[in-house]
Amino acid sequence: MKRHDQGTYEYLRHHKKFPHLWCAGCGIGIVMGSILRSVQNLELEQDDVAVISGIGCTGRMPVYLDFNTMHTTHGRALAFATGLKLARPEMEIIVVMGDGDALAIGGNHFIHAARRNIDLTAIVVNNTIYGMTGGQSSPTTPLDASTATAPYGHSEQPFPICELAMAAGASFVARSTVYHVTELDKLVERAIRKKGFSVVEAVSYCHTTFGRLNNRKTPVENMRFLKESSIPLRSVEKEGAELPEDKIVRGVLRDVEKPEFTELYDQVIERAHGPVPPRKRRVRRGWA
Amino acid sequence: MSLELLQGNRACALGALAAGCRFYAGYPITPSSEIAEIMARELPRLGGKFIQMEDEIASIAAIIGASVGGLKAMTATSGPGFSLMQENIGYAVMAEIPCVIVNVMRAGPSTGLPTSPSQGDVMQARWGTHGDHPSIALAPSSVREAFDLTVAAFNFAEKFRMPVFVLMDEVVGHMREGVDLAQVEPKEIVNREMPTVPPEWYEPFGNPPSDVPPLAPFGEGYRYHITGLLHDARGFPTSRLDEIQPWMERVFRKVERNHDEICMWEADGVDDARVLIVSYGATARSAKHALKIARARYGRKVGLLTLKTLWPFPEGVVVQAAERAQRVIVAEMNLGQIALEVERVAGRGKVMRVGRADGHIVTPDQILDAMRAV
Repeated sequence: MKRHDQGTYEYLRHHKKFPHLWCAGCGIGIVMGSILRSVQNLELEQDDVAVISGIGCTGRMPVYLDFNTMHTTHGRALAFATGLKLARPEMEIIVVMGDGDALAIGGNHFIHAARRNIDLTAIVVNNTIYGMTGGQSSPTTPLDASTATAPYGHSEQPFPICELAMAAGASFVARSTVYHVTELDKLVERAIRKKGFSVVEAVSYCHTTFGRLNNRKTPVENMRFLKESSIPLRSVEKEGAELPEDKIVRGVLRDVEKPEFTELYDQVIERAHGPVPPRKRRVRRGWA
Repeated sequence: MSLELLQGNRACALGALAAGCRFYAGYPITPSSEIAEIMARELPRLGGKFIQMEDEIASIAAIIGASVGGLKAMTATSGPGFSLMQENIGYAVMAEIPCVIVNVMRAGPSTGLPTSPSQGDVMQARWGTHGDHPSIALAPSSVREAFDLTVAAFNFAEKFRMPVFVLMDEVVGHMREGVDLAQVEPKEIVNREMPTVPPEWYEPFGNPPSDVPPLAPFGEGYRYHITGLLHDARGFPTSRLDEIQPWMERVFRKVERNHDEICMWEADGVDDARVLIVSYGATARSAKHALKIARARYGRKVGLLTLKTLWPFPEGVVVQAAERAQRVIVAEMNLGQIALEVERVAGRGKVMRVGRADGHIVTPDQILDAMRAV
């Protein structure tokens, strides 16, 4: 049932109790908006969309969305999604995770999903902290930052999420911030459309925990920080310089064609059994 | 007649396929790896899907995801992998997702003795995952039973919307027995119930008369939320007592009210036995042998109760059988896990434990020695 004029408001679960649970000024709602606008622009059927999450503030997103939604265990969303994708390869499966969920406890599943290049869209909301549990360090907390479990300053280096995804084999890797909404919208849409393992790092902030401990208490200060500490990839490439370490580089960092896992397994079935019936793939509009 | 020398693990895999399993995700671990290898070969031939995941945690997550997508799904492992799977097993209980987990038990704890048998995970199958929850666990003691009880496990999983365990041990998993393949058609295949109401009315965690709500697969028009948080009938998180309490009661009732159907056992000479042996799995084979010798050589009135269902514990039949006996010998390859249950229901004074957890099978002689001590 197509609804061309459907506003993104229609994709919310109206019978779920609102308001949502996120703090006023949180960036997660912006990422949620990007996902909904992408679903709308791609004209996806709600029944064909699944949103799967892990544990944390980002993990609380799927319940608000009128798709097929699963709120799973900490770090394991990509593994649940892998099973669902193999059972329902025609579905668009979007996996939303925080930085801790995806890269600490979920690190192993993250790199293996990338290695398989399985057709899932991983949106990692990176606020460099464990917000839900009160502000403990995460694998992306910067060196010297103050957190609930690093009261004397964090003594570890952060993971570079995008580089990790690329090294592990993801075929589409992009980064933006919740300040740069228009760009984030475009990247999320491309990531969903991409056939393969796509990663979008949506750099956000938690003013309630990280911000309070690191002198950026308000949402506005954090938005300003995202604006001022990020640069677009094309401006780096123009200089011909290396990626600067102290800036958040925004843009599409990789978009390559490589064999996708569920299609490779369809070939296995053909070898074992005979021709596989054509997958009932819904038409993807706006294919560039 | 097509008699084939069939390995226990292979019988388990064939049982799964016969029950309609079309998804397997697993991680290699001795002594269960044959199940994964056979599924890797057979599933694509049937248009099913196999994937070797990066660890056991991912394996159980993937079978839950595939089950939500509508496929009957299974994984197999041994002790260390079973320990890893516990968190997501709890998720399957909470979200009421059908799936089958086979544990071909080996000596533990920890790495233990990878190629030696045990029955050391019986209590873990009951209480491994945190929180209060029911459990269904079946224990085959022969190759044929490995087939039949795997089919039964799938039927229970689909009928009661929960994870079901098949507790094999390394002996049953790796042994070979002649099985007539023409005789191994499953008597009954149960599939999960589909909703009969329009999507707007569907309650994935509602309270129907059967206590088991229908389970619509993702992607078929029924959009709903699944979570590991305590939830209401629609699947939305809640902390309201009037929503949590009925859910807990219903989840336990699913198993309790179907106790008679789920509990399976074999009774041999139990009615007039002075000495009763209670056993299961590979140990039951030793018990059968001890029984034969005890009767033939010593004319003893001995009976054997072979449990095929370990959880829920078949309290009724054990109490009844133990009442008439003077002595109850519980033989198992652990230091008293089912014995604890037998002692609980039959009285500590009557029960004698014959157990070992050193990677060796309990021998008929050990059981006979226990009988002589009576």
